[in-house]
Amino acid sequence: MNTEALLLSFRLSATVSLFLLVLALPVAYAISFSEWRGKFLVESIVALPLVLPPTVLGFYALVAMGPRGPLGKLWQSLFGHPLAFTFTGLVLASMVYSLPFAVQPLVASFESLDRRLLDASAVLGADRLRTFFCVILPLAWPGILTALVLSFAHTLGEFGVVLMVGGNLPGITRTVSIDIYDRVQALDYAAAHQSALLLLLISFVVLSVVYGVNRRVWSPWPVK
Amino acid sequence: MLNVQIRKEFRSKGAQPFVLDISESFASGFTVLFGPSGAGKSTLLDCIAGLQQPDSGEIRLGERTYFDAASNLSLPPQSRKLAYVFQSLALFPHLSVEQNIRYGLAELAVAEQKKRAANIAAAFRIVNLTARRPGELSGGEKQRVALARALVTRPSVMLLDEPLTGLDSGLRRSILEDLSAWNEAIRIPILYVTHNREEVDAIGERVVTLVNGRVQETGAPRTVLDMPRSIELAHAADFENVLPAMVVEHRPADGVMRVSLDHAACEIEIPLGDAEPGSEIRVAIRAGDIIVATEPPHFLSARNILPGTIDSLEARGTMVALRVKSGTVFQVHVTPGAVRTLDLSPGLLIWLVVKTHSCHVVR
Repeated sequence: MNTEALLLSFRLSATVSLFLLVLALPVAYAISFSEWRGKFLVESIVALPLVLPPTVLGFYALVAMGPRGPLGKLWQSLFGHPLAFTFTGLVLASMVYSLPFAVQPLVASFESLDRRLLDASAVLGADRLRTFFCVILPLAWPGILTALVLSFAHTLGEFGVVLMVGGNLPGITRTVSIDIYDRVQALDYAAAHQSALLLLLISFVVLSVVYGVNRRVWSPWPVK
Repeated sequence: MLNVQIRKEFRSKGAQPFVLDISESFASGFTVLFGPSGAGKSTLLDCIAGLQQPDSGEIRLGERTYFDAASNLSLPPQSRKLAYVFQSLALFPHLSVEQNIRYGLAELAVAEQKKRAANIAAAFRIVNLTARRPGELSGGEKQRVALARALVTRPSVMLLDEPLTGLDSGLRRSILEDLSAWNEAIRIPILYVTHNREEVDAIGERVVTLVNGRVQETGAPRTVLDMPRSIELAHAADFENVLPAMVVEHRPADGVMRVSLDHAACEIEIPLGDAEPGSEIRVAIRAGDIIVATEPPHFLSARNILPGTIDSLEARGTMVALRVKSGTVFQVHVTPGAVRTLDLSPGLLIWLVVKTHSCHVVR
């Protein structure tokens, strides 16, 4: 088994799910509580990675991060090195790719909150920030856990985006799914099987945790 | 004095738009908001609290302006310094009772928070519950905690939306006593929404009835709720019998008018009113205001004595509800003791006695 690729995948997934949570919380809050009529546009943008082929997403990410792309140019001028084919570039692209998996469970749990609790908080003098941290977040923890776990699992299993933006640099961008692909190409089925089975088991455990904790969040199954 | 003069329209597909149109002043002390569900009581409270915005009008508490559509001013709920106890109570389930109570005191020093929380907990007799979570409390305990959490902030207005529903009457009375004692100490406007007659009688200094988004009547509980002038209010005020009737004739010398009930099924006398002979009205009679006799009664001042037969009996706690056929069907409430003494049973021939002044005209 390629431990280097596996550890890289875990590092990528952990980084992505943590940063994504920070990004997804305000986005989910806006979707759940804003009364803006055009918010369906935001919802559509968030959900895009669900339907786009990863290669399309990866292609545009690559173009944006390339030396002539807007993001690549900005990065080069700020930090003095390119963004494409780096771990950071991979994190950014993966965040976009897993965005719906972080946002949707949060929206679901925010919307299931009793609105009167938020009213009560406001009448008791709490501003929005305090209501968010003292009422919404503690009560939405199943959604937060689900968002973390699902974006972790989804990033762990991504392939197309990594291939497009990250390439195949050992220790930097060669994740376990790329490694499996390489092994199969090299007809090393035994090694591919080891990694593949591990990924399968991890995914199963992760989903069991999510549905064990809260069935209502992001479930393809009917709610009990 | 809380002055409310607002209008808010709700449009929904297919249905008539619902319009809340209120112009009313609320003095210090209890004002009971009474009316059928859907009359706009909770919406009115939400507007006063700043949780919903009226389309037009203004809301002022003394010199302070909460809302003024003309100058586009609306204080956020956080700055209105009022207390609101919701029907659902909305206790924070993840916080202890003490944390719930201290939630509205965040601006104070911790020592002061603790002092105030301890005082209010003592006043509402929940000292032994402060470490518990709301999920571990009984219905009555939750209601006490919700009241304490609201009152500890020393609000300048208090909004109570059916805060005591679902409690048995003993518990309700004891909470109402604590609330009344508190009201004596700190006189602020308190708007109290309830459907419950017992609560109205216990706290009601003044009743405002709301029907269909508008104030229908204001006054003492006795005049407003014992003589409802609309069908919706009659139902909400527990008038079990609201019967269609037609005025037959006026008898000014007797101070009455004769009406025929339910398409000439029977005739009764009711207080003389301004309904012309021949006009269609409705007559409301409380089931508890009707007397049952098993022999034809004599020498009574009551003008209406109607023969009838018992159709069914249904025991409901401390009273028995009778359905009596007497041309039309009357709902009559008697005590289980009366059922036993008079040996009331289905099919029995009885006489219903109704005082003229127990009959109220509603439109």
